[in-house]
This record gives sequence, C-alpha cells and structure tokens, in this order.
Amino acid sequence: MKLLQCPVNGTRPISEFTYGGEYREAPDPQTCSDKVWADYVHNRHGAPGLKKEWWYHGPSGTWFIAERNTLTDSVSRTYLFGQEKDA
Amino acid sequence: MPLSLLKYALSREHPAPRFFRDCTEPKKTYDAVIIGGGGHGLAAAYYLAKDFGITNVAVLEKGYIGGGNTGRNTTIVRSNYLTPEGVNFYDASVQMYEGLSQELDINLFYSTRGHFTLAHTESAMRTMRWRAEVNKHVGVESYVVGPEEILKACPQLDISCSGQAPILGALYHAPGSVARHDAVAWGYAKEADRMGVEIFQNTEVTGIDVKSGKVVGVQTNKGYISTGRVLSAVAGFTPRITEMVGIETPIVIHPLQACVSEPMKPWLNTILVSGSLHVYVSQSSRGELVMGSSLDPYEVHSTRSSLDFVEGLSSHIVDMFPFLGNVKVVRQWAGMADITPDFAPIMGKTPVEGFYLDAGWGTWGFKATPISGKTMAETMARDMAPELIKSFRLSRFEEYELTGEKGAASVGH
Ligand SMILES: Cc1cc2nc3c(=O)[nH]c(=O)nc-3n(C[C@H](O)[C@H](O)[C@H](O)COP(=O)(O)OP(=O)(O)OC[C@H]3O[C@@H](n4cnc5c(N)ncnc54)[C@H](O)[C@@H]3O)c2cc1C
Repeated sequence: MKLLQCPVNGTRPISEFTYGGEYREAPDPQTCSDKVWADYVHNRHGAPGLKKEWWYHGPSGTWFIAERNTLTDSVSRTYLFGQEKDA
Repeated sequence: MPLSLLKYALSREHPAPRFFRDCTEPKKTYDAVIIGGGGHGLAAAYYLAKDFGITNVAVLEKGYIGGGNTGRNTTIVRSNYLTPEGVNFYDASVQMYEGLSQELDINLFYSTRGHFTLAHTESAMRTMRWRAEVNKHVGVESYVVGPEEILKACPQLDISCSGQAPILGALYHAPGSVARHDAVAWGYAKEADRMGVEIFQNTEVTGIDVKSGKVVGVQTNKGYISTGRVLSAVAGFTPRITEMVGIETPIVIHPLQACVSEPMKPWLNTILVSGSLHVYVSQSSRGELVMGSSLDPYEVHSTRSSLDFVEGLSSHIVDMFPFLGNVKVVRQWAGMADITPDFAPIMGKTPVEGFYLDAGWGTWGFKATPISGKTMAETMARDMAPELIKSFRLSRFEEYELTGEKGAASVGH
C-alpha cells in the first residue's frame, strides 16, 4: 500500500487522499489576454518532473501541497499552503 | 504447404520470413519522419505510402514496435460515442477494421462480439438513450435493451450484481469487436516496409530542430536526420515531445491498468462494460478474460501496476460473476494514457510548420488506429487536415470549442 504524509495528520494510506492537480498561479482575468487565459484554463505541464501539487486528506478535510516527482512517483515533502518555508 | 515445410527438416537453414527489414542506420534525410512505432505511427506510414506514394519515410521507435499502448490495450473496437463527430470518426475506423485482415494480409483475429454498456442507474439509462439516438442518426447500430436481452446474450451474469448495483438495462452496440493488437502493428509495419518505408527500432528521438517556426530535422540516438515533416504519434510520451518544440497542450499522463485471468473454455461471447462498477471484460480467443478498469487517480509517467487495481477490479467482477471467485489473475500491466479534458484526441497541424500531432488517445485510441493513420497521412501529404478530424484540432482549446465526448469515453474504452 502506498503511503502519503499529511502535514496535519501524519502518514496515512494513499486511499485517504485525493489528487487535486498541479499547483498553478492564475493570471489576472481582468488584465491578461484571451490567449493567456485560455492557456491557463486548458493547458498543463504534462512533461514528467518534480511538481508542486494540491492533495486533499479526505477524513480530516485538509488541502495541502505535495512536491512529487511524477516520473518516479516519489514525494519529497508536503506542507500546508503558504507554509513552504517551515516544511 | 506441408511438402514445402518438409524441406526445412532436411536443411540447416530455417529462414523464417521477416515482417520488415532490419534497418539500423538511418539515412541523412527523409521526406517525412514519424516518431513512434505504435499502431498509429505505423498506420500513418502505411497510408502515406499507399494513398500518396510518399515512401521515403522513416518510422523511429525507441523500443520495439507495438511495445507502447498498442501492445497493452484491451482491444475493444466500437463506435457508439456521444457526439456526431465522434461517432462518424470511430465508425469510419470500425469499417476499415472490418476489411483490414484482408488488406494487410495478416490475421488480426478481428472478432465482432456485440458490446453492452450496462446501466445501473436511471441517469445512466438516460445517457444510453441519448447515445442510441445519436448513433441511429449517424447510421450506427446501437439501441437500448432491457435486462432480459442482456441475460439472453450472457446468462452467466448476476443481473442484480450481488444486490450492489442492479442492472436496469444497457446500450447494445452490434459492431463492438475485439482484435489482436500486436498483429495490427505488425501488419501495418509489414506492408509499409514492403512499399519502402524504413522502420528503426531502438531509435529514440531526443530533440526536434525548429528554425523560424519550421521543422528542419530531428536529433536521435543514431544521429541527426533532416526532414521537413515530423509526425508525433507517441501516446503516453506526447508531453515530452511537445516540450521539444515548445508547444503547450492540455494532455496529462495517467496510468491505465489491465489484467487477464487464466484461460477458460469459451463462455463469454460479448463485451461487457459497466461505468458504475468501473469494469469492462471480454474473453480473448485464447480463453483468458481480459479485464480493465478506470484510470489511476493521479499523474504518473510509469507503467508500474498495483495490487490496489487488481483488488478493486476483482471485487467488481465477482459482483457481476460470482462463480469467478476462484479463478486466478495471471498477468497484469499498465500503459501510460495521454488524457485530454474532453476525452477526444488532438490531431492535425500545430503552430510549428511541418510538425503534426496525433495524440490525446488516452484510453480509447486502439479502435482509431486505421482511421487516424489514414487521416494523419492525408494531413501530412496535403498540409491540411481532412474534414473528419477538424473538430479534434489542437486550437479547439484556445477557441473554447471542446467536444462533448466525456460521457461516452470514460471507462468504456
Ligand atoms: C490498459 C489499456 C487499455 C486500453 N484499452 C483500449 C481499448 O479497449 N480500446 C481502445 O480503443 N483503446 C484502448 N486503449 C488505448 C490505446 O491503447 C492507445 O490509445 C493506442 O494504442 C495508442 O496507440 P499509439 O500508436 O498512438 O501509441 P503507442 O502504441 O503507445 O506507441 C507510441 C510509441 O512511441 C514510442 N516513443 C515514445 N517516445 C519516443 C521517442 N522519443 N522516440 C522514438 N519513439 C518514441 C514508444 O516507445 C511507443 O512504442 C487502452 C490503453 C491502455 C494502456
């Protein structure tokens, strides 16, 4: 069974978690061009590598960030959003 | 035949005929280079040669032909999609498959079984009726049936699914078929090679050379090849190739797993799919049950398979067929599925001149092998995508003209 570290609840089986996709910065819809907005809405960084991702711990309702290598599926660290420096 | 075989018993030489030449050193230049020796790349090479007389073509495959998703899929061929553009496209492919064993002179074991998409809820029944109407409108044989008709085709099925999720009805699709996937790759390779196409295995594209927005060549582990036309037909590797030319796409990679049981006497004639239970099953000509499920839940670029998958799948298969409780799973594997947000492929031209994309085949691309090869060959030869694939263009995302195929593509394959 795969395990993942929830920054609040510790190490738990992966079945308790939901994947929320890559963490991405949204452009400002008021000022950005249609092309930039469409790129944000649809396109993804599909190539493998180390990524920052949203994950959700279901039983406790915790959203957090995981840094994961999508080629090897190894997680280097997890932390609550905004608490990257303390992690 | 037997007499001609006899001479091999007396000779020390056993020249088994090769399907295609053993090409090792690529030439310096080709009229077109195809990245990926899966069914799609090889079919495109075949139709480039056959329909357009373009034979100075190299197919570059980093492993062995058919070793990607072509050789990993569960081979369901059907056309009962939800959108008219989807139904038309896949129907053209089904029609090509029906004559393909003859055309490629190889036995594809193409076997038309009929295909039931089981509905366990009222809302699923509604989608089935919708699909049946769209299919009928386009001229594809699909209709909604009740539990009695399902049981007639498959009396072994527990229609109540162990009381978990009683089956209310199904979408029946008469042309639904299965085939021998390797033979599709080998057949296209054999015939493309016969017309002059060169197929290179163990040859990996490591870079694509673009000058002033135009493709001029590819870098490989066997040296540089100059060419003005490149087709990327690499399924689960697409994001790595599009990164080489600086093109953004919505494609993300999720593993898709499958497994087979030990062989049994033939008992399951049809193909059964259940969206609610996340399973589909058919029986191969070898007697194995070929079974699959939905995508793995998160992005991974790997073909590792998991125990979670077989556990989850088996429990649902046993809901449908309690008597399979003691049957063993003998093999499991995974492929890397290139998923798009609207469950439709991305085909055609790209912002880079001479760079063509055949991708986004996710969990459903095996059935499209002949028609995608044919339409991509036309796109490359004329530098213009034919009408049939216009709605699958890459620019549809920027234009917010996504297709509405999700309801018919997920799990169904
Ligand atoms: C488990 C599973 C079940 C499926 N079931 C079905 C089904 O029932 N029905 C259906 O229609 N579809 C199904 N599919 C989807 C289907 O298998 C694929 O969409 C289809 O086979 C894609 O074919 P392809 O030729 O485009 O890609 P592939 O067969 O994957 O070929 C791509 C090739 O490109 C090569 N390559 C990659 N990068 C490079 C490089 N840099 N240089 C050179 N070569 C490279 C790879 O080695 C590979 O051989 C399933 C997929 C999976 C994984």
